[in-house]
Amino acid sequence: MQRGQGFKGFLNYIRRNPAFGGGLVLLLILLLFSTVAGFFVPKEGAYPLAVKSKQPPSEEFRFGTDSVGRDLLPTMIYGTRMTLSIGMIAGVIGLSVGTVLGFMTGYFGGLFDTIVKFLVDVLMTIPQFLLLVMIASSVPDPDKMTVWQMGLVLSIVAWVQPTRAIRAQVMSMRERAFVMMSKLSGMSGMEIIIKELMPNLMPYLAISLASAVNGGVLGSLGLQTLGIGNLREPSLGMTIYWLRYYNAFLQGYWWWIVEPVTVIAAIFIAFLLISIGLDEFANPRTRRTV
Amino acid sequence: MSEALLQVKNLKVYYHVEVGAVKAVDDVSFDLGFGVKMGLVGESGSGKSTMALALMRMIKPPGKIEGGQMVLDGMDLVKLSEEKMRQTRLRKLAMIPQGAMNALNPVMRIDKQLIDGMLDHGVFMSKEERKTRVNQLLEMVDLAPKVAKMYPHELSGGMQQRVTVAQSISMEPDVIIADEPTSALDVVIQRQVMDTINRLQEKLGLSIILIGHDMGLMAQTVGSLAVMYAGRMMEIGETRAMFRDPLHPYTQLLIESLPVLENKGVFSGIPGITPSLLNPPEGCVFHTRCPKAWDLCRDKIPAFSEVDPGRWVACHLHTA
Amino acid sequence: MRIPPSYILKRLGFLVAVLFTAATINFLIPKLVPRDPVQEMINKKIASGGLTSEGAAEFRDSLRTLYGLDKPLWEQYLIYIWNTMRFDLGYSITNYPQKVSTIIGQTIFWTLGFVSTSTIFAFLIGTVVGALVGWSKTSKWLSWLMPPLAMFSAIPGFILALLLIYFLAFKAKLFPLRGGFNVTIDKSWTDPQFLLSVLHHAVLPGLSMLLVSLGGWALGMRSMMVTVEGQDYITFAEAKGLKGSRIFFRYALRNTLLPQVTSLAMQLGLIVSGATLVESIFSYPGIGNRLGGAISALDYPVIYGIVFFLVVGIAIATLVVDLIYPFLDPRISYSGG
Repeated sequence: MQRGQGFKGFLNYIRRNPAFGGGLVLLLILLLFSTVAGFFVPKEGAYPLAVKSKQPPSEEFRFGTDSVGRDLLPTMIYGTRMTLSIGMIAGVIGLSVGTVLGFMTGYFGGLFDTIVKFLVDVLMTIPQFLLLVMIASSVPDPDKMTVWQMGLVLSIVAWVQPTRAIRAQVMSMRERAFVMMSKLSGMSGMEIIIKELMPNLMPYLAISLASAVNGGVLGSLGLQTLGIGNLREPSLGMTIYWLRYYNAFLQGYWWWIVEPVTVIAAIFIAFLLISIGLDEFANPRTRRTV
Repeated sequence: MSEALLQVKNLKVYYHVEVGAVKAVDDVSFDLGFGVKMGLVGESGSGKSTMALALMRMIKPPGKIEGGQMVLDGMDLVKLSEEKMRQTRLRKLAMIPQGAMNALNPVMRIDKQLIDGMLDHGVFMSKEERKTRVNQLLEMVDLAPKVAKMYPHELSGGMQQRVTVAQSISMEPDVIIADEPTSALDVVIQRQVMDTINRLQEKLGLSIILIGHDMGLMAQTVGSLAVMYAGRMMEIGETRAMFRDPLHPYTQLLIESLPVLENKGVFSGIPGITPSLLNPPEGCVFHTRCPKAWDLCRDKIPAFSEVDPGRWVACHLHTA
Repeated sequence: MRIPPSYILKRLGFLVAVLFTAATINFLIPKLVPRDPVQEMINKKIASGGLTSEGAAEFRDSLRTLYGLDKPLWEQYLIYIWNTMRFDLGYSITNYPQKVSTIIGQTIFWTLGFVSTSTIFAFLIGTVVGALVGWSKTSKWLSWLMPPLAMFSAIPGFILALLLIYFLAFKAKLFPLRGGFNVTIDKSWTDPQFLLSVLHHAVLPGLSMLLVSLGGWALGMRSMMVTVEGQDYITFAEAKGLKGSRIFFRYALRNTLLPQVTSLAMQLGLIVSGATLVESIFSYPGIGNRLGGAISALDYPVIYGIVFFLVVGIAIATLVVDLIYPFLDPRISYSGG
């Protein structure tokens, strides 16, 4: 599998793969929105009673305000930041744990493998979201959960899919000729994993990361919509919780509904496009057209 | 030769890829008589498999039949509509595929697969008649009646191949194209399957085009032989005559490369590699590897001509 | 197609292991948490003016005895396992003295109704669309459906639900905003007006679930179709001069359906989780909505009871599909495994 050399190869790849490029651009916009825009807009506006309530979008309040007086512009900015952060925390932890477990069990096998495999199977049978509901609602003071706490809770299930995927890949690579060669030349197991297997599995690790972060965002949105999570902080999921609580539909506060939905849709579409692009990278034989 | 059952004239099949056209079959002509067994040999990349697909009119994009005719029973197969061609397949022109294991539908029982071709060609059969026909076909290929209710994966390789043979004769076609039917089998089973094919051919009086690369098998089986190289036809003739006195240098080298029992340990091959079909050599396509090539061979493509009754060659040695 | 008893036993064993693990987790988590749900409930009732703080301590103790919270841990565990096996999941704190199992019984029907309908339709439509798009002989205009379907499948169901409510219920006023039926009509299953309102209310929730899952089925089916079409038996079927329709249905589709059904089984958990959230958005009187309410009220027995029930249901359903599979694919044999 030929990978383009460096940055130029990367740009070339994007040109051949407009979906991937589109996804990256979208993600970049979202990141910029949630970070850089925050320099110009103070966070105080994202809390209740900060400004006049129930205002439709206007000159003064570009995004309008909600029923309890949150300015929705900073709410969206900081909310996106929170949601993406939670997703990334869960995703990175999930991937790290998944990588370690996947390589260890895939390569070494044994009793450790049997135990981990059983855990993975069980966790894949049990609907993970429901498990999260149970765990998240049981932590002390769930309505004061920090971004890190939420991310940690989500990582309890975020490691499962990466472990499974990486384990399968490692097991299939284990029998290949180049691994045998490395063994014969006296490399230790760990050396083989780090020097031979991991570089070859980079595309899969990238895909697993994207999917884990996606899952983290999805999980956090789900929990927050149900009301599990920090009720005061303006995360996107919480925004949805509050807009339902205050009957935004019946009141006709369309801006309160449309804004978070748009941002959330944008996040997921960005991830979809990116994963399509990564898929092509890992499996050059699959077709590009959606 | 107007009595020929199938006449192929100047057939061209090209595959259009980004960088140009791959000339898989380039200006090939031959005649197939009634009740004749003809072998089509060549190395991999010679175009023989493409020939098989072309005869069935199953060339898919980016491949295309660029030119020429294939006349069967007065009809030019190249010009037939898709629907008419569909009706011609199996009924007049049937195929025995290479790897039977992959050619049979894994989730369908043998009996259904044996007769669905007939059903789609408008043959109405009651349940009883279908059963009878299935048993008939199985018997003709020496398979037990219980095979009818089995699935392909329950059969051995040889049995699967026989099922495909049974499928091909189910409507008693005029021509059967056997595309390396025994390459995937071991020698013993190979023998059995070839015997079955031969026996059926005699009994039903149909013509066979046997495609392969095993000269030894050809020598035992077919009455006439056609030799292809790099998409072009090199020589055609009656088998024994070809072996006794091969005219084309390529044919000579092929026959020489057959291991002979007496000369143990001496193997000869043909030096060089098959040329690119994208940019074939100028002139005679074999000249780069031909031990007898001279200037003319590089400049001019030799015409495929009948140098003796029934003997055709494309070589300047014989046609200049 | 002979399934050796050893395989069945193995799968059953796994199922029991999963159930036990789930039950144990279900039991342990509340215990690990330094919260006293009984105390919290009492505090809430005091705060909302339902009780005075006098006698609260005795009340709490008597409730604790009722919930068995005063017994040693291992004894509680055994009682819990025993009760669970008899489908006794305890009492709801908020709606005392309603039993959790009663609550589940009341609501599960609504959930099953719209989830199974939308899933079946999504599966059928998505599979057919995907199959047609993947088959090379169908016209290409159909493939324009794929990008929008893919976009829909990326967005979570409950988000799409919000959009649907906004456009179809709020602006266009075509469908009701929430609920499972029209509350002004008497709830009678023989009354056609009532039944009509049930259907009317089920459209948007069903549509939300349908649209997000369509894309997944279609994409999966399409790639499967492309793979199958490249197989030799399709080429040979064509060489036999079979009619296009026969090749499509009996040779291609028949072979692609099997992996599709497996995906269905594997997706059950996700489908139910998604449905939970969608119900919540619509305040649809299903089990998911009750879960949402229980979470807000911190009604732990209900939370754990519902979650556990769903886990068990899905695990059993998965096992059933697993056992059916060999009947669909004659090649599968379960020797060893």
